[in-house]
Amino acid sequence: MRIAVVTFPGSNCDEDAVHVLRNVLGVAAFKVWHRDTQLPAGTEGVILPGGFSYGDALRSGALARFSPIMGAVRAHAEKGGPVLGICNGMQILVESGLLPGAMLQNSSRKFVCRWVGIQVETLHSPFTRFYQKGQILNVPVAHHEGCYYAPPELLAQLKAEDRIAFRYQAGDNPNGAADDIAGLLNPGRNVLGMMPHPERASEGLLGSEDGKALFVGMASAWAGRAA
Amino acid sequence: MHARVLVTLKKGVLDPAGEAVAGSLRQLGFEEVRGARIGKVIEIDLGDVPQAEAEKRLREMGQKLLANTVIEDFEVVL
Repeated sequence: MRIAVVTFPGSNCDEDAVHVLRNVLGVAAFKVWHRDTQLPAGTEGVILPGGFSYGDALRSGALARFSPIMGAVRAHAEKGGPVLGICNGMQILVESGLLPGAMLQNSSRKFVCRWVGIQVETLHSPFTRFYQKGQILNVPVAHHEGCYYAPPELLAQLKAEDRIAFRYQAGDNPNGAADDIAGLLNPGRNVLGMMPHPERASEGLLGSEDGKALFVGMASAWAGRAA
Repeated sequence: MHARVLVTLKKGVLDPAGEAVAGSLRQLGFEEVRGARIGKVIEIDLGDVPQAEAEKRLREMGQKLLANTVIEDFEVVL
């Protein structure tokens, strides 16, 4: 498996993602600059990392969605290749329409940076298949615009199609997200956006290894099927 | 030509920052304030473009980038 991690101007979790893949999991991972127009040959998975692309100008993720690399990321997603957006990566996926809905400022108006418990809601995706349904993962969040918004019809659809991947534990929603949604899938189930940071919870030394299985699942999902 | 694009949150979309502003206004003695919503003004400097064409292009800009129409409305002012 070869995983491309996209660096946008203002990304700051790209190194963390590459580190976990390479040094913790032994997966071939490499960074791709947002101005590139193609993913390197053999790319099997794509990660849009956390950070503050374009300084969050206009809206978080609004400008990054038009970065030259995004055409190739969209094409990879449309072929069924796994794409993971973490934090700012989720905001970019939502702005780009690869995931539905929108992101709003946290209901508390504060930047939240703390550990949360998120519950695994579906095993039916490359990213969640190695967890147990209902399992609680201990992972950190660090964001200011993490309040996922979906109109009622969309929320009903997400539930009916089993596309909510993770929910914050009841009473521990850090941002006011609709229906406690911490992560959601596209209709093809190969694109996941999540506000919590699994790459910061993949080593015991950092306090949790609960994020590791997500990357293991992603890394083995498309092996040998790269374009 | 100068234009302004006004971006506002759609009705029903929570605006915690706007609520904080309304609260501060009331605290300052403006008790009549029932609510406040915070939007954005984007001032755009265009070249020499006929007005009708400018309006059309500005609407495209609003749709494509300046507003997120899931949560925001926008208005073009020429």
